[in-house]
Amino acid sequence: MADDPTPGVLAARGVSKRYGQSVALDGVSLEVRAGECVALVGESGSGKTTLLRCFNRMTEIDSGSVRVDGADVSTADPVELRRRVGYVPQEGGLLPHWTVLRNVALVPWLRKDAEAPRRAAEALEWVGLDPGRFGARWPRELSGGQRQRVAIARALAASPRIVLLDEPFGALDAITRAELQTSFDALRRRLGITAVFVTHDLHEAALLADRIAVLRHGRIEQVASTDALTSSPATDYVRDLLARSRMVAA
Amino acid sequence: MKIRLSSPRPLSPDRRGKGECFIPGLTSARRADAYARVREGGLRAVVAAISIAFLLPLLLSRPSHAQQQPPSSSRTVVIASKPFGESYLLAEMFAQVLEARGIRVDRRMGLGATEIAFGALRTGAIDVYPEYTGTGLTAILHEEPRGDAGAVFGRVSREFEARWGVHWLPPLGFENTYAIAVRKETARRYRLKTLSDLARASPQLTAGLTPDFIGRPDGLPGLTKAYGLRPRAVRSLVQAVKYRALAEGAVDVVDGYSTDGMLAKYDLAVLEDDRGFFPPYQAAAMVGPRLWREQPRAVAELARLSGRLDVATMRQLNRRLEVDGEPVGKVAADALREMGLLRGDSAPRASAGRAVADDGSFAGYVWARRGELMRNVMRHLLLVLVSLLAAVAVAVPAGVALERARPTAAEAAIRGAGVLQTIPSIALLAFMIPLLGIGVAPALVALWLYSLYPIIRNTYSGVRDAGPEAVQAARALGMSPGQVLRHVRLPLAAPLIMAGIRTAAVITVGTATLAAFIGAGGLGDPIVAGLALTDTRMILSGAIPAALLALLVDALLGLCERRVTPGGLR
Repeated sequence: MADDPTPGVLAARGVSKRYGQSVALDGVSLEVRAGECVALVGESGSGKTTLLRCFNRMTEIDSGSVRVDGADVSTADPVELRRRVGYVPQEGGLLPHWTVLRNVALVPWLRKDAEAPRRAAEALEWVGLDPGRFGARWPRELSGGQRQRVAIARALAASPRIVLLDEPFGALDAITRAELQTSFDALRRRLGITAVFVTHDLHEAALLADRIAVLRHGRIEQVASTDALTSSPATDYVRDLLARSRMVAA
Repeated sequence: MKIRLSSPRPLSPDRRGKGECFIPGLTSARRADAYARVREGGLRAVVAAISIAFLLPLLLSRPSHAQQQPPSSSRTVVIASKPFGESYLLAEMFAQVLEARGIRVDRRMGLGATEIAFGALRTGAIDVYPEYTGTGLTAILHEEPRGDAGAVFGRVSREFEARWGVHWLPPLGFENTYAIAVRKETARRYRLKTLSDLARASPQLTAGLTPDFIGRPDGLPGLTKAYGLRPRAVRSLVQAVKYRALAEGAVDVVDGYSTDGMLAKYDLAVLEDDRGFFPPYQAAAMVGPRLWREQPRAVAELARLSGRLDVATMRQLNRRLEVDGEPVGKVAADALREMGLLRGDSAPRASAGRAVADDGSFAGYVWARRGELMRNVMRHLLLVLVSLLAAVAVAVPAGVALERARPTAAEAAIRGAGVLQTIPSIALLAFMIPLLGIGVAPALVALWLYSLYPIIRNTYSGVRDAGPEAVQAARALGMSPGQVLRHVRLPLAAPLIMAGIRTAAVITVGTATLAAFIGAGGLGDPIVAGLALTDTRMILSGAIPAALLALLVDALLGLCERRVTPGGLR
């Protein structure tokens, strides 16, 4: 929200993380400005999900620093931090024993918000689900696309300024995915949310993100807008990736 | 054919040493891993079910064995037996002799085995029970059998008094030792009178012996050494078919017991142990230290039986009891009347025996004993509920706590609970007598220990493996670890936890029948007594209600399991 030169709302500096012998992140730095949407693109094992989860301290980093809203997350209370940062897990991760409305009301409820049910209903409407029709259903009674909408509503219900999404549309069929991408994009812009999302689909990244960060072997190959990426790929790997996705510079 | 529920010889003195006994339903407990029924769901109903179960004991009737200690001047004499017919009969005679003199008596019939009965006597939980000198020498003193009957009696009297203050009253007058029997016709044909004669003729004869006798050093191996016995073939036969196989000519020689009622029934020839190979097993009343000290009059009354029962008499009495199926109370009373120790008009009190007249049908038999049956059922339920609730109270929190521990440590702890399952129940009960005496308390502790494993195992697995995606999402959205446990893991694990409780409950209903071995009552009472007295109806009057109870408990807890399954998962 601040003027230049400002640190981003989200800032990772020289972040490294190992799992046993394997290096997940190797000195990664990334800044995300307020209201921006950044896509983390890469193959499986490139470290993109690990990087995403640094921002809500689901990943405990080995070295470097991660700041959210200017505050170092390593000194923050992780529970409190996570209640401030929206999160959409892969495959939704809805609590199967809670109704749709209760799932969506989770974070407001955790924050002891007396209006949790109203906020949940509102969030359901944002994602195009009628709370009256869907609120009392069990997650298993929903289609895959509906579940993913509920997961997005749950991430937004407490009106966070930052949302992290881990392959939010990965498991959906093409038509449902396109629908959901469009409505998420509109919603994000309307609510002015800063978002980071993980995807292995460069087209999805190009469609939704202001900037794309390409990760490989725990390092960032390039961070750039779609245009800059396609017009001047920084490495052979990025060039190959663009070629494979048939997104070669015009 | 008589129905046997267990190992083949409830009829005779237990000389087999440790741990060999009828342990209903216990083996199944060892495979508790297999119960995991992976459904997931809510916790509230588990708590509700448990609270209801807590209230139930309040509704139960007064336990039949509940003992208030009367003033010491007229303290009730606790008389026990081991779980076989002759022991029941002798104990019942002890009881009636005392009752006829106005001394109050509490019967604790069918105590598990030598370890339990003697442990109870030594620690004052019971006052007297019938024992055999040979058993005292070999099973309790762990000495080699040697010397004649008098020497063995002298040895046990001295040692027991010196070590434990336990007194052997003068022997009752008969020995119940191993007996080798043949058909009378076989005895005539081969001119068999003694075991030496048998050894000579043995190459022409087939022996049908109990597996136990074939294996024990003082059984066939020793006999072979002492007499040079060389049967043409040795067939291993269980007690239940042995005499019939002999009568039908399938075998020619069987092992039995010298006072066995079957010897009388089949009119068999018992061969004389002319080289004195079998150790002497004189029957006598064994009296605990407190009774000896505080109630010399009762001891004196018991001593009136000394020397009054010979082998032929005992064989006839055992036959009436085990073959003809007469009530133990009546057989005992008749025998005492014959000896002039009971006046003709004094009716025996109802006891473990078949005292009530019936029309011969099983339904009639059960109906005639409905009061006793209900008391047994209630006592059984009490044992199951209390031990199970205590197990739930410990095992569920433990399973949850272990989820936080290192997986290897958690597995080790759970295996430890699993090892408890493998302790033979009789050994466990015997071990607890010095701490808890006999009766309900040690039975509850044993049942509690046996129920821990399925519950702790299912709780741990359920909580650990509950909905990994849901758990991850809940954490990432800001649930604290406690909230994740309470709102996600436990509700999702509840059906599995309930399944563990259900498994434990069904096992406990079965295992609780062993409570009878330690004087805690319940449906094991008629089972143990029926086994001892070869009374199939009596066995079934305990076994069938126990089975029905297991089904009922399973069905009820199945409902609970459904109830704790959260709506979203049903």
